[in-house]
Amino acid sequence: MSEGIGAAVKRKEDKRFITGAGRYTDDIRLENQAYAAFVRSPHAHAKVTGIDKSAAEAMEGVLAVLDGKQLTGDGIGNIICGWAITSKDGSPMNMGAWSALATDKVRYVGDAVVAVIAETKAQALAAAEAVDVSYEELPVAANIGAALADGAPQIHDNAPGNVIYDWEIGELQATDDAIAGAAHVTEMDITNNRLSPNAMEPRSAITKYDAAEDHYTLYTTSQNPHVARLVLSAFYQVAPEHKLRVIAPDVGGGFGSKIYIYPEEIVCLWAALKTKRSIKWTADRTEAFLTDAHGRDHVTNAKMGFDADGNIVGFKVSTKANFGAYMSLFSSAVPTYLYATLLSGTYNIPNIYAEVLAVYSNTVPVDAYRGAGRPEASYVVERMMETAAREMGKDPAELRRQNFVREFPHQTPVIMNYDSGDFEGNLNQAMEAADWAGFEGRKAQSAANGKLRGIGMACYIEACGIAPSAAVGSLGAGVGLWESAEVRVNPVGTIEILTGSHSHGQGHETTFAQVVADRFGVPLDSIQIVHGDTDKVQFGMGTYGSRSGPVGMSAIVKALDKVEAKVKKIGAHLLEEPEENIVIEEGTVKATGTNKALGWHEIGLAAYTAHNLPPDMEPGLKEGAFYDPLNFTFPMGCFICEVEVDPETGKTEILKFVASDDFGVIINPMIVEGQVHGGIAQGVGQALLEEVVYDADGQQLSASYMDYTMPRADDVPSYDVLHHNTKCTTNPLGMKGCGEAGAIGSPPAVINAITNAIGNNDISMPATPAKVWAAINSAKMAAE
Amino acid sequence: MTTVSMTVNGKVAAAVVEDRTLLVDFIREHLRLTGTHVGCDTSQCGACVVHVNGKAVKSCTMLAAAADGAEVTTIEGVANGDLHPMQKAFNDNHGLQCGFCTPGMIMTGIDMVNRYKAEGKTLDEKAIRHELEGNICRCTGYHNIVKSISQAAGEM
Amino acid sequence: MHNTNYHKASSASEAASLLSGADDGALLAGGQTLIPTMKQRLAAPSDLVDISGASDMRGITVSGNSVTIGAMTTHAEVAASKELAAVCPGITSLAGGIGDPAVRHRGTLGGSVANNDPAADYPAAMLALGATIKTDKREIAADDFFTGMFSTALDEGEIITSVSFTAPASCAYAKFPNPASRYAMCGVFVAKGDSGVRVAVTGAGDDGVFRQSDMEAALASNFSAGALDGVSVSADGMLSDIHGDAAYRANLVKVMAKRAVAAAS
Repeated sequence: MSEGIGAAVKRKEDKRFITGAGRYTDDIRLENQAYAAFVRSPHAHAKVTGIDKSAAEAMEGVLAVLDGKQLTGDGIGNIICGWAITSKDGSPMNMGAWSALATDKVRYVGDAVVAVIAETKAQALAAAEAVDVSYEELPVAANIGAALADGAPQIHDNAPGNVIYDWEIGELQATDDAIAGAAHVTEMDITNNRLSPNAMEPRSAITKYDAAEDHYTLYTTSQNPHVARLVLSAFYQVAPEHKLRVIAPDVGGGFGSKIYIYPEEIVCLWAALKTKRSIKWTADRTEAFLTDAHGRDHVTNAKMGFDADGNIVGFKVSTKANFGAYMSLFSSAVPTYLYATLLSGTYNIPNIYAEVLAVYSNTVPVDAYRGAGRPEASYVVERMMETAAREMGKDPAELRRQNFVREFPHQTPVIMNYDSGDFEGNLNQAMEAADWAGFEGRKAQSAANGKLRGIGMACYIEACGIAPSAAVGSLGAGVGLWESAEVRVNPVGTIEILTGSHSHGQGHETTFAQVVADRFGVPLDSIQIVHGDTDKVQFGMGTYGSRSGPVGMSAIVKALDKVEAKVKKIGAHLLEEPEENIVIEEGTVKATGTNKALGWHEIGLAAYTAHNLPPDMEPGLKEGAFYDPLNFTFPMGCFICEVEVDPETGKTEILKFVASDDFGVIINPMIVEGQVHGGIAQGVGQALLEEVVYDADGQQLSASYMDYTMPRADDVPSYDVLHHNTKCTTNPLGMKGCGEAGAIGSPPAVINAITNAIGNNDISMPATPAKVWAAINSAKMAAE
Repeated sequence: MTTVSMTVNGKVAAAVVEDRTLLVDFIREHLRLTGTHVGCDTSQCGACVVHVNGKAVKSCTMLAAAADGAEVTTIEGVANGDLHPMQKAFNDNHGLQCGFCTPGMIMTGIDMVNRYKAEGKTLDEKAIRHELEGNICRCTGYHNIVKSISQAAGEM
Repeated sequence: MHNTNYHKASSASEAASLLSGADDGALLAGGQTLIPTMKQRLAAPSDLVDISGASDMRGITVSGNSVTIGAMTTHAEVAASKELAAVCPGITSLAGGIGDPAVRHRGTLGGSVANNDPAADYPAAMLALGATIKTDKREIAADDFFTGMFSTALDEGEIITSVSFTAPASCAYAKFPNPASRYAMCGVFVAKGDSGVRVAVTGAGDDGVFRQSDMEAALASNFSAGALDGVSVSADGMLSDIHGDAAYRANLVKVMAKRAVAAAS
């Protein structure tokens, strides 16, 4: 089957993108469209003492100048975090109020204060400059340390000491005892750098209010339009759910940053009603840096105990997570259930305890960014394993091998139950591809050229397929994390798949169609994937957490099961053969052992003409399904990175990057490999290049591509992407998910390689040339 | 206001625009050719690359008025027939994911191949990566973009 | 971007007269710095005088060792000039490393020199080559031209029309780019000519491009990378930012200087 499961089919969606015919939100222009511009706080922490709008209101083209008091006065609700976390002492998390337009106080540079609506974008921007907001500046806490210091400024009144929650998981006493009795204990302080997601398409929204229908439309750059509609209606009261259509058309990358519902969409919807105009807003890149949810930003202390043979006996982790100025939609889940539950890594660890302190600061809100918690966990575990091996004089690969989980299902001490895997198989495959054995020879060659060569590995595991609804509900999630699908077989036999998943680069229009083609043997071109429009598609949960394969496609499979059953019934009836003898092959419905057959289109036609259907059968051929996963899925793999460092400049060059992943069943290897490439580049970016930097006053020093180092083509190598797959046992296709793996496994592999090269284990991400050069010098000084 | 007139994708395009109008805004907002994108404000990302008089330029960093009289080619105008070899190569090699940076990548790729061919230089992987310095992609990790341009270089 | 009035000048003299008639006019060369600055609303000239089409300000003339480059010659044109590469490969390779291909198609030598961005490449070449900056009013020696970060000896309304220099016996430029912007975090241009060795450093100093006299002295008697081993570069006066502190930049000055000398030798 050349177009079915496992085929490297070229993407159906490419044509419009390579010809310039893609339709992104900013490409859309509605009739009667006006433009919004936002007045943003230049201060990281200040009271708003006055807003003088008169000059702006008098300017040409200005339709409205709107502030937070008007917004709350109209009953627009605060922005919420949808996952409740309970502290150690049983108290609920301390969620501070977040109004889409600040009312009394601003809490980060970029906090929206006033929205200006004008006829043109230029007029809106000019008028925004003319709005005079008076501030009374307050002391600033721009990082975790400052926010937790004695006498730190209080950012939200209901979060004393700026603590949102103080959460724990695992057994404290047993873990302490295990570490106390260990033959060797490795302890590290580990920082996970703050990142900006930087989807290349900036966020954008266009809103429309139709007075005749009393109906709203929102075009927006969203990964989950139904969730946006739900939250906008149920919590922000912008519009009733049945009167609001949310369309996420072509979306230019998300990486998590387009999950959330931001102030701008809320304000533009509200402003559409107030001005009776369609309103467009598109971020520029600076606004993106100042307002898109950031990722990561953890500070961790970790202790890992080993027995005399090198077996892990206990792992204790204490993490402080920077949440920024407000709690974004899924922020609370990221450093808890998406992080601490993965601290067992690929290893048998009998005792684990983790505690997480969630902290407000005067910075951009932090939420899920590609990997979301799992890269942070993988970084902690794999830096610890590498360091422990070095300290104990063991081979880092052998220490890992010795501690691997080998029997499945495997229950970790931190909730997760791994269903499948062959961790050693991936390790072996990666080591062979990387020619691990030949490293010393290559190192000597580099040394002869005055360069420092290093090799490092990481054996990551992550949890995807998010997530069983009842399980996440019991852990505090405000929503269920199932997915929906509808399969419509048209009278002529063409097929439309309506999915709640959303594609913003992942290639769903191809891979989802492959699943259908595989099932019925119909041509790929006869299948259309419909997504991203709440008026067209039934409620769905959207795309994040590598869930579109294991959850989204599972829903399609469930609906296909129902379609198949009905097709077989119709076929049996028309062919006058027993149903159990009916098979569907290559677009034909056949009766085995006979030469009787019907074309696929004939079944469709029969279903809709309904002239001759089995008794009691309803006409039509359309089935829907909701799939709720039974478990998380657990993609894992081994990444090996080989680097060469120029000791004179500290610049690192990645010479080779090998990824051996276990993604379960793969629908389209070309697309899966593309996902891994992109993930690795983002992980390499985190390890070598990227960091959002704030000064002590809370000003972002890295708010453009002049200072935020995006990975470019010459920063990264070509990657060797390999697979050693074991089938997932908990979903119908056996898929594990592949969207985030690259970003999860690569940072520790890169840092393990650099620290190996330079002989200094003390380096933080990003390992910039300046930092690496300094680390080389301090290692030299220590040696002298 | 100023009157600008240029040839865009072989057709005359004239309009009266504000003097400050950027070429990219003229292309997107006046001509409604929305394949050319804007991904940054500091001339770094390259999503806006078009050809002006046969050379790749960042249309976000050029005034429409400065392109008066010029021959401009955008992503919508590169194909002579169904697809340009560079467009086809991006499809063949999975050189795009979300597609947002893609028009700029394709325009840069065509310019790069044209220049190297004119100068008789070899466009190997290292050269392609260096030439892509002004184009940022967040999805593909560049691996398949490099493959795409390499394929097209052999076919153009 | 604030509104502005756009004018196209076909010659330096027309540009001068258009500029003198403007309230708060600015010259627009390739626009690769000025337009982004205007987009960020950090500059708002009342008038822009576009000199990119001024034909008398464009082109490369090489006569023996004498080189003249019109101010509106683009980086791409300099980089691709075979006759220039034959006498002064340092400047063609420098031009080929500015920005990216699209930027090089628009950006001009004159624009770069006039702006004197502390991380721009051309100022280092001008200073090391001992170039003469010709304007519509006078000639200024490079040593007198660059007066500090974003600051030059140009009077208001004065227009650079070309630069000229004598191609040295050997020269080279070595640059360590800023990882994010790709501007020079440190760039060193070394030229060995009849009048001795000149070493100019861009990107590293906190007041823009400067000559490194200790290195010039060391190289005068022994033009080899090894001659710089004994030269110590102080971190005083070096830039410090999120990409590297002053000590790191001081190190880069030495490393890049040695690489430039090695390339020129």
